Amino acid sequence: MDKRLSPARRRLDLALRGLLLLCGGLVCALLAFLLGYLLWRGLPFVSWTLLSTQSSMLQGAVGILPHIASTLYVVFTSLVLALPLGVGAAVYLTEYASSRRLAHLMEFAAETLAGIPSIVFGLVGMLFFAQRLGAGVLAGSLTLAVMILPILIRTTQESLKTVPQTYREGAMGLGAGKWRTIRTVVLPSAADGILTGCILAVGRVAGESAALLFTAGFGTVLLSYWEALRNSSATLTVALYLYANERGDMDTAFAIATILAILTLLLNLLAKLAGRRLKR
Amino acid sequence: MEPAASSPSRRTREAAEKTMALLFFLCGMAAVAFVLGICIYLIVSGLPAIRKIGLFPFLFGKTWSPKKELFGILPFLLASIAGASGAVLLGVPVGLLTAVFLSKSAPRRLASVIRTAVELLAGIPSIVYGLVGMIVLVPGIQRTFGLASGAGLLAAVVVLAVMILPAVVSVAETALAAVPREYEEASLALGATWTETVFRVSLPAARSGVATAVVLGVGRAVGEAMAVILVSGNVPNLPGSLFTPVRFLTTAIASEMSYASVGSLHRMALYSIGLVLFLFIMGINVLLRAFLRTDRTSRRRPGKS
Repeated sequence: MDKRLSPARRRLDLALRGLLLLCGGLVCALLAFLLGYLLWRGLPFVSWTLLSTQSSMLQGAVGILPHIASTLYVVFTSLVLALPLGVGAAVYLTEYASSRRLAHLMEFAAETLAGIPSIVFGLVGMLFFAQRLGAGVLAGSLTLAVMILPILIRTTQESLKTVPQTYREGAMGLGAGKWRTIRTVVLPSAADGILTGCILAVGRVAGESAALLFTAGFGTVLLSYWEALRNSSATLTVALYLYANERGDMDTAFAIATILAILTLLLNLLAKLAGRRLKR
Repeated sequence: MEPAASSPSRRTREAAEKTMALLFFLCGMAAVAFVLGICIYLIVSGLPAIRKIGLFPFLFGKTWSPKKELFGILPFLLASIAGASGAVLLGVPVGLLTAVFLSKSAPRRLASVIRTAVELLAGIPSIVYGLVGMIVLVPGIQRTFGLASGAGLLAAVVVLAVMILPAVVSVAETALAAVPREYEEASLALGATWTETVFRVSLPAARSGVATAVVLGVGRAVGEAMAVILVSGNVPNLPGSLFTPVRFLTTAIASEMSYASVGSLHRMALYSIGLVLFLFIMGINVLLRAFLRTDRTSRRRPGKS
């Protein structure tokens, strides 16, 4: 540092630099504490019996297999429902939209959806889906499909924008129509971006709880996929809420939290890898 | 290609093109339809209770007691506002300074570590924050201040502050990265130190981005339900002090919906809370868009900012 600075200015400079470093460190420390605490408190209770059985009041046994299953069901169903819509909307916005006003309206709608709190999604999902279909994986997935739509639209749109215009011109020049160009050239070159969007959406769905409370329900019985669609089944997050708040079984709650945290880590890693491939 | 052979196939191809164009258009309109649908559904199911209770007693009534048929949501409203403001007061400065550190001073390797940490913090499910807050923070507050219970406004504020941090960092970092280098170079050339440049030139130049980060943080904090339900005490009190156990707009819906009987005024009032929450968030979104727009216009005329 410049030695000619007045001592007061130098002190301020040092203090502010220190403060910046402190804040950056604080963020890392927070994460390290969270993950460390979860692993320390929860990992000892993650056992094979916990993962592979269901709870039984009679035997006093605790197992979370039904919740793992219903989490997978909800992730799969909501993604199947939302992916075509999201990709379709993004394709319309980047490839077709000729009216700027209409495109703005759609983008505004997507942004608004992204800002709605999940408990409001849960409320509307309960009124609209769960009262008609019964609380279950289907009602929950329909609700979450609407919730993750903006994520899929945005990521797909961004990756479609990176497809060079010359690709499209080349395909058109060879006589392909617009749809054929999109199907054979544009979408395949945007596949990595769409994959990233899917991973982000999976993370959002797997971590969601407020929107599922009243749409997917609290059921703790292991069901097959087709049974679960119309029957109440709690995902991991909802089960975590049940164990922590209603049953006071903190060990199981922390075991589930540890599994969720590890899942977050893995999904983040996957998204990074997909993103890196995208850059290439 | 012979014209005679190609014309029917061309016709089917044109038909396919048109169908696909229509299909994509419908996909795009789906988001619009969902927003409209949510709007209409919330208004239709939220208005009856407000009409029955009266708008003023509903919004400004100080007591929420379903047993006595008293449905005033002022305690929830004030708790939500207090919780969000506290979270912003605590989370935004830390997030902002982290963003400054990331974009202006951190070595590349360290910056990428912090960025990953921020992403992971954003990805951790809210219920997990709630659980850790409930087991670590609540007893901690109880012991530190010698209270009967640590669950209350302060615990919720701290949890919310951590939860809005990632959003604040990423928005503020983008805004700081967009500050033209010339501003900073000019400041340095005039003899300002590096920190003076960052705090007196870069941050003010990115102020609309900073404002966006604040508004975004408020929106997140107001809308969060499952993390605060476990740490806030969940009692419909007016937030008198930092340690009052409170119930938020979001947690009122989440905690009472399962036992409010179908068709009762109690349940209808919960729908109305949903409507109020939705309008609140929509208002915040309009603000957010206004900030984003001024950001864009000021970027176009660099002389002004």
